[in-house]
Formats: sequence, structure tokens, C-alpha cells
Amino acid sequence: MNLIQDTLKGNRRAIARLISHIEDEVPGAREALAALYPHTGRAYLVGVTGAPGTGKSTLVNELAKAYRRWNSPRTVGVIAVDPTSPFSGGAILGDRIRMRDLAGDAGIFVRSMATRGSLGGLARATADAIKVLDAAGYEMIFVETVGAGQAEVDIAKTAYTTIVVEAPGLGDEIQALKAGIMEIADIFAVNKADREGADHTVTAIQMMLDLNHASHVGGQALRRGSGQALRHGSGQVWRPPVCKTIAVRGEGVPDLVQAIEAHAAFLRESGLLGQRERERVATEFEHLLREQLMRQFVSRIAPEQWDELIERMVRREVDPYTAAEMLLRGQ
Amino acid sequence: MTEQKIRVLVAKPGLDGHDRGAKVVARALRDAGMEVIYTGLRQTPEMIVEAAIQEDVDVVGLSILSGAHMTLVPRVVNLLRDNGMDEVLVVVGGIIPDEDVPKLQELGVRGIFGPGTSTQDIVEFIRKEMGAR
Ligand code: B12
Ligand SMILES: Nc1nc2c(ncn2[C@@H]2O[C@H](COP(=O)(O)OP(=O)(O)OP(=O)(O)O)[C@@H](O)[C@H]2O)c(=O)[nH]1
Ligand SMILES: [Mg+2]
Repeated sequence: MNLIQDTLKGNRRAIARLISHIEDEVPGAREALAALYPHTGRAYLVGVTGAPGTGKSTLVNELAKAYRRWNSPRTVGVIAVDPTSPFSGGAILGDRIRMRDLAGDAGIFVRSMATRGSLGGLARATADAIKVLDAAGYEMIFVETVGAGQAEVDIAKTAYTTIVVEAPGLGDEIQALKAGIMEIADIFAVNKADREGADHTVTAIQMMLDLNHASHVGGQALRRGSGQALRHGSGQVWRPPVCKTIAVRGEGVPDLVQAIEAHAAFLRESGLLGQRERERVATEFEHLLREQLMRQFVSRIAPEQWDELIERMVRREVDPYTAAEMLLRGQ
Repeated sequence: MTEQKIRVLVAKPGLDGHDRGAKVVARALRDAGMEVIYTGLRQTPEMIVEAAIQEDVDVVGLSILSGAHMTLVPRVVNLLRDNGMDEVLVVVGGIIPDEDVPKLQELGVRGIFGPGTSTQDIVEFIRKEMGAR
């Protein structure tokens, strides 16, 4: 098996094996990624995030089916991330349970991924796994984050369109609305609309959007990271639509697909897609550089020196800033 | 290179609704540091092998308490082979009568675990098999 050539041809075992090699940092994985890089940048990336159990996997299952049934069907890649146990380092990856409808379709590839200690709702290997699926020719790539509370907002820097999934009765609405995760939404899906309180959740989100919208339109330049109120040349602004869905029955999914397509068109027409792509690449590069610098640096420090320094900080003989400076100055 | 995680697919083929054992085993393997892909109930052999390919697992674990193991296991094993996944370790748990054990072993099933097996034995078996690679 030639992982590079076979991945480009869409061979599933090659794709799967290459993703494992990336996760395990097997020598050669980087070179393979370098060879694939010119073939990436074609897929449309959609992030799906939201609190645990809101129905993200069930929705991705429906969205994937919808794109396969589209009048010009698109191939679909799915990366579903679940948390690694901080105690054992193991993980139970259960998102496939809700994606059983996707079995048997050669136009779909589903991969589960454990966070392996990464914070932010994605795994360190997620961005590279996206590249593999992209190079293999998958046209739509859905990335399901771990069930996110609020701090896990990396997805907004990874995807072009971010869907935040809410469900009625998740406790204090206000709390949820305050959380950072609400600010990364390009689209809201209020799932489990068969349950009581869905309209209430929709109203709460709309009210929050009214507030944000007013302050953004009247306010200063818009910050990145916020999908909301993106403004382009003509002063047009994207207001995240709120879609009600019942994922278990596929209801509301056509509207959600429409919303994705509308957002993609908005990004393209406004020129913001290029901007997002540039920011995406920059963020990824920054992460990578930081990590490599850190590794390179730490590898040059003798373990005894490290231990001693920690010990001295514990004894309050030296403070962390001074300790860091000492290391940087090579003392 | 970071540590290579053992990836295990735990699947329930057929119409068997007994999922307690599969869940207990999945949790034990996770607690032993493995990455367990759990696909839920009612999987066809085709679904199981497709998931095994896409997830690039090292181990396929089948949990069968329905008595249908002699039809289901050969289909999974054959499909794995047809797809070039011969190197995958196949283990089976559940209700497997003694007389079927040699037949399954002949098919290439390396580990067979009945009711009351300690999960520690299962963990150790998988680790040993993986270490021998
Ligand atoms: C609990 C139980 C149920 C529960 C299941 C609840 C659930 N969600 O799991 C309920 C009440 C629903 C049920 C229903 C039925 N049951 Co029932 N059930 C049992 C019972 C008493 C215990 C099973 C159990 O959960 N054990 C606890 C777990 C932890 O053990 P385990 O599954 O064996 O798993 C261990 C090992 O086998 C192994 N293992 C299992 N899976 C895997 C996977 C891997 C990868 C590995 C490595 C190891 C491994 O490791 C585990 C840890 O030691 C057994 C009898 C028995 N003593 O086994 C009958 C039994 C399995 N049931 C039986 C039957 C017939 C039925 C019904 C058909 C009854 C009926 N006529 O309605 C229905 C069918 C349900 C269905 N849809 O499939 C028969 C099966 C007979 C056969 N195969 O020839 C049994 C054996 C009872 C009997 N002696 O007749 N059942
Ligand atoms: N009533 C109702 N239940 C739903 C709906 N969508 C999903 N569910 C159920 O909600 C539960 C969780 O669904 P998942 O799709 O696994 O949710 P998730 O957000 O992916 O969960 P995690 O990945 O664990 O965070 C399952 O039991 C689904 O069947 C819906 O529209 N209505
Ligand atoms: Mg999920």
C-alpha cells in the first residue's frame, strides 16, 4: 500500500491508515501530509458543536444523507471527536451509533477520533485528518466536536461554517447564552424540537442575537472568532439563522442544509471565505509552530535540570517567571 | 512518535439485544487505555467490516449472546479477509457453547470469552496479542 497514492485515489484503507499514522505520529506521516497538501483546500468544512447529548451525531447523520441525496450529490467525510479519559488515556468513541444509516455508501467516510489530551473540543490530529479526507476527494467534511460546554471553540477556527446545536430543557438558558460557544455560531440548530420548550429556546437565542446584532451594527470593527454580524464591503451582515430540527425524524434538516448553503454563498460572495481560509491556515500554523518550538526547546533540557527547577519553585526559592527566563537564557 | 494506541471495535452483530457484556468490556478496555469504537446494536457483518476499515482498528471484538455466532462470525472473518484486513485480531465474547470453540478458532478467532470472564483477562489477552506483533 502506498499511502499517498492510494489516499489520492480514495482507497479507504489507505485513508484510514494514514489518519492513524498521523494520530500516532508515525515517522513518515508528515512527509505524506506534505505530499497531500497541494491536493487540499477543495472540501467545504462544517463544524458541529454543542453540549453533550444535544443530538450532534444524529444531525450529522441526517446532514450527510441529505448531501448524498442532493440533486448533485456530494461525497461526505465525517470526523467525530470524543474525549479521551484523562485517567486511563483510553476512550469510548460512540458517535457511530447514531450514524448507522451511513453504512454501505461508498461516498461517505466516517472516522472517530479521541482528543488524546487536547483541549478545545478537537484532537490535535483533527486538522490533519481533514486534509487527508480533503485530498481523498470528500467534498463536504463535517467535524463533530466533543460535547462542548463553552470553552471549546477551536472548531470556529477550523471550519468555514459552524453549527451550534442546542436542545430544549438543558437548564438555565441564560447560562448557555453567556457562554463563548454561542458567539461562534454561524447557524443555530435547536434540535429535539419534538420536546417541550423548543420555542422558548428559539426565542432566547433570537433575543440574544438581537442584542449582539444591535451592538455590532452600531459598534466598531468586528472581531474574528465571532461568526455573527460578519460585515463585508457592502455593509451586509450575516445574522445566524435559527433552525428547529427533529434529527431522529429528519425534520427540519432541509432547512439546515439551506442555511449551510446560504452561509457558504455569503462567505464566497463577500470575499470572507478567503479571509477565513487565511485565518484558518494562520491559526493552524501558529499552533504547529508553538508546539514544535516547545518540543524542540524542552528536548534540550536535561530531565534533572527540569526536576530541580520545579523543586525550587515548589520550595518558593524561585518564581515561575524567573525560572522560565533562566531556561530561556540557557542557565 | 507518541505511544501507539490500541484501537478496538466492539460490535454486536445480528438482532441480539444483550448489550451489557459489550458495554462492560468497552469500558474495561477504555480504562486500560485503549480507544474503543462502540457501534451499538444490530450491526450487519458488512457494517462491522466497513467500520473496522474506516477506523483502522487493531482488534475487532464481537459480542454475541443470541446463539447466531456460527453464522455471523464466519461472515465477519471472511469479509475482513476479502478486504485485506487479515492482520486484525478477532475476539468473540458471549454465549459460545464449548463444542463451537474449536470451530471458531479454526476460522482464526484468537480469543473466546464466555460469561464470568474477568475483564482483566480480556485486557491482558489483547495486550499480549498486540505486543506479539
Ligand atoms: C440479562 C439478560 C437479559 C436481559 C438483557 C439486558 C441487556 N440490555 O443486556 C434481557 C432481560 C433484556 C434479556 C432478554 C432476552 N434473553 Co437474555 N439473558 C440475560 C442473562 C441473564 C445475563 C446476560 C448478561 O447481561 N450478563 C452480564 C454480562 C456482563 O455478561 P456477558 O454478556 O456474558 O459478557 C461477558 C462475557 O460473555 C464476555 N463478553 C461479552 N461480550 C464480549 C465482547 C468482547 C469483545 C469480549 C472480548 C468479551 C465479551 O465478557 C463479558 C464479561 O465477562 C443471560 C444468561 C447468562 N447467564 O448469561 C440471558 C441469556 C443470554 N438470554 C437468553 C435469551 C434466550 C433471551 C431472550 C431471547 C429471552 C426471551 N425469550 O425473550 C431475550 C432476547 C433479547 C434480545 N433482544 O436479544 C439466553 C440465550 C440463549 C442462547 N444464546 O442460546 C440466555 C443465555 C439465558 C439462557 N440460559 O437461556 N436477557
Ligand atoms: N426526542 C429527540 N431525541 C433526539 C433527537 N435527536 C437526537 N435525539 C436523541 O438524543 C440522544 C443523543 O443524541 P446524539 O446524536 O448521540 O447526541 P450528541 O450530541 O452527538 O451526543 P455526544 O456526542 O455524546 O455529545 C440520542 O438518544 C438520540 O436518539 C430529536 O430530535 N428528538
Ligand atoms: Mg455525538
